[in-house]
Amino acid sequence: MPARQTPFELYAIDSLLSEEEREIRGTVARFVSDRIRPQIADWFESGELPARELARELGSLGVLGMHLEGYGCAGTSATAYGLACLELEAGDSGIRSLVSVQGSLAMFAMHRFGSEEHKQQWLPRMAKGEAVGCFGLTEPDFGSNPAGMRTTARRDGADWVLDGTKMWITNGSIADVAVVWARTGEDAKSIKGFVVPTDSPGFTARDVKKKLSLRASVTSELVLEGVRLPNSAVLPEVSGLRGPLSCLNEARFGIVFGALGAARDSLQTAIDYAVSREQFDRPIAGFQLTQRKLAEMAVALGNGTLLALHLGRMKDAGTLRPEQVSIGKFNNVTGALEITRTARSILGGNGITLEYPVIRHMNNLESVFTYEGTHEIHTLALGQALTGVPAYR
Amino acid sequence: MKIVVLVKFVPDATAARAFGADHTTDRVGVDGLLSELDEYAVEQALQVIEAAGEGEITYVTMGPENAGAALRKALSMGGDQAVHVLDDALHGTDALGTSLVLAKVLEKLEYDLVVAGMASTDGGMSVVPVMLAERLGLPAATFASTLSVADGKATIRRDGDLASETVEVTLPALVSVTDQTGEARYPSFKGIMAAKKKPVTTYTLADLGVAPDQVGLGGAATEVVEVTARPPRQAGVKVNDEGDGGVKLAEFLASQKFI
Ligand SMILES: Cc1cc2nc3c(=O)[nH]c(=O)nc-3n(C[C@H](O)[C@H](O)[C@H](O)COP(=O)(O)OP(=O)(O)OC[C@H]3O[C@@H](n4cnc5c(N)ncnc54)[C@H](O)[C@@H]3O)c2cc1C
Repeated sequence: MPARQTPFELYAIDSLLSEEEREIRGTVARFVSDRIRPQIADWFESGELPARELARELGSLGVLGMHLEGYGCAGTSATAYGLACLELEAGDSGIRSLVSVQGSLAMFAMHRFGSEEHKQQWLPRMAKGEAVGCFGLTEPDFGSNPAGMRTTARRDGADWVLDGTKMWITNGSIADVAVVWARTGEDAKSIKGFVVPTDSPGFTARDVKKKLSLRASVTSELVLEGVRLPNSAVLPEVSGLRGPLSCLNEARFGIVFGALGAARDSLQTAIDYAVSREQFDRPIAGFQLTQRKLAEMAVALGNGTLLALHLGRMKDAGTLRPEQVSIGKFNNVTGALEITRTARSILGGNGITLEYPVIRHMNNLESVFTYEGTHEIHTLALGQALTGVPAYR
Repeated sequence: MKIVVLVKFVPDATAARAFGADHTTDRVGVDGLLSELDEYAVEQALQVIEAAGEGEITYVTMGPENAGAALRKALSMGGDQAVHVLDDALHGTDALGTSLVLAKVLEKLEYDLVVAGMASTDGGMSVVPVMLAERLGLPAATFASTLSVADGKATIRRDGDLASETVEVTLPALVSVTDQTGEARYPSFKGIMAAKKKPVTTYTLADLGVAPDQVGLGGAATEVVEVTARPPRQAGVKVNDEGDGGVKLAEFLASQKFI
């Protein structure tokens, strides 16, 4: 073993991966260092992302909808998809968000619940990154409790007419197609998904400004005012909250791995910094307090990675349950947040600038903590799994 | 259009390098990969096939068991099949022996064009391609910074210090390409998964009709007598700018004969 090991070498993580998984991971890592790393701090600072250009590049790698079968998708294992998310988020959570929303929310919704026509029309172009998708569930007044959503779809002759507002929608203003969830009646069972081309009359999107997190990601508000759609726009295979929730479960799986990427990049930055930064005439890596921080971070990262891989193997075996994905989000996102904060402290004053990736990762993870089911909601999902008592409704 | 691309599995240049007791590069106990300079050869071959609209690519490597990774990497970028020459007796083979083995492989294959990298990133002699061309009686156009194939000819541009030459060779021919030919593509995920299913044929020396004493350390015409690690870099010269920084820098460059 070399004099210095990376945290993943310390855990021999590679020994748990197949050759194909290592190659896929290596390809994404190389893309991130060639294409994302050199520019990400500027994108974050300016709050502007060449998202459509990146979508095309990610599409030609095969990242978009990579774990789906057919329709131009690569059809990799779920674990390989997780590893790709990890490497993308080692670049920036915003890039991983773009990919999660495209592949696991918009494409997955059509792949699982869409008609053959939806799949033929959208999936091949979305896999290539020529078309971008978004996923509208959250509303200004309904976040953790989507069952209360106000967006409605009412029948008008053979058509549907959609009215309502969706909030915090990733990729919203750059999307060609939005999967929008709306109620068709009184109760949550009447919720249906609609495939809405964003050039439909009555559809507008406006970006959320003044964000201090996920600045290298497009976040928008969608307004639907009398958007008229044919009956063929309905996702035929699902109704009720099960539809959007199973999509979120899919994207959340990617986050379980993704958050580790932000953590690994922060930890590695802190290690490199600690080894070269000298105070009191020696490297700060030589102080026991620093070493304790590094050891605790490496163990949290390594344990989180073992958990993610365990969940990945279960997903590939088809046995993974939603509450088990909650364990992953619960543990890995808080663990990653903690790591980025500690890594930030090791960088001292330099830690607060965009010259280093750490505070960017730290701020990004605040969004990751909240979206795809807040940390609190996942805590309650675990509480319910353990006690049989649901505490959130 | 049938193309053979020569690829080599080399130790990862970013990792520590090791040499065996016999002064050969340790290629077994280290992380390795497809030589970066060979990625350009793979890319050029893929572009020639894409421009022609038809054809097939065969990759050939000679190396230890783990050299198969270089073949799979190339196959994941594109192409059709690969040949791996694997034999314990090959350990320590020099450029002359390598060209012999590769020539024997090529005698078994059909090809219009052989493409190689300009050098390997570990050995770096740049002689294998021309030795191979000599053995096969092929015209060789080396150190190409551009490559195009049309009407039974391959045309390259070779950029020298003083001039750029355009060289045309009649197919079948051998071409070696430089890192100026253009970035190699990333393997796509579909490519990575498809690579596993592409055929890789393994040949031993016996399959190729090469006697063990023609290759290996014993058969080598050259011998590495000593290996010395490069001394650690000396600290540089610091120039304090007291209004005369430019002059001092110029004096330094002149003293080192840069200007
Ligand atoms: C950058 C970003 C991108 C996003 N992208 C998308 C997207 O593409 N599509 C989409 O549909 N949505 C998206 N979201 C929305 C996200 O999913 C919601 O923000 C999230 O579900 C929380 O909803 P909320 O913000 O309304 O918070 P609230 O639900 O109002 O929650 C506020 C706080 O109250 C807590 N809380 C709420 N209910 C309970 C309870 N019963 N018990 C205990 N605590 C509770 C929460 O945990 C949280 O701490 C995105 C959000 C962000 C920040």
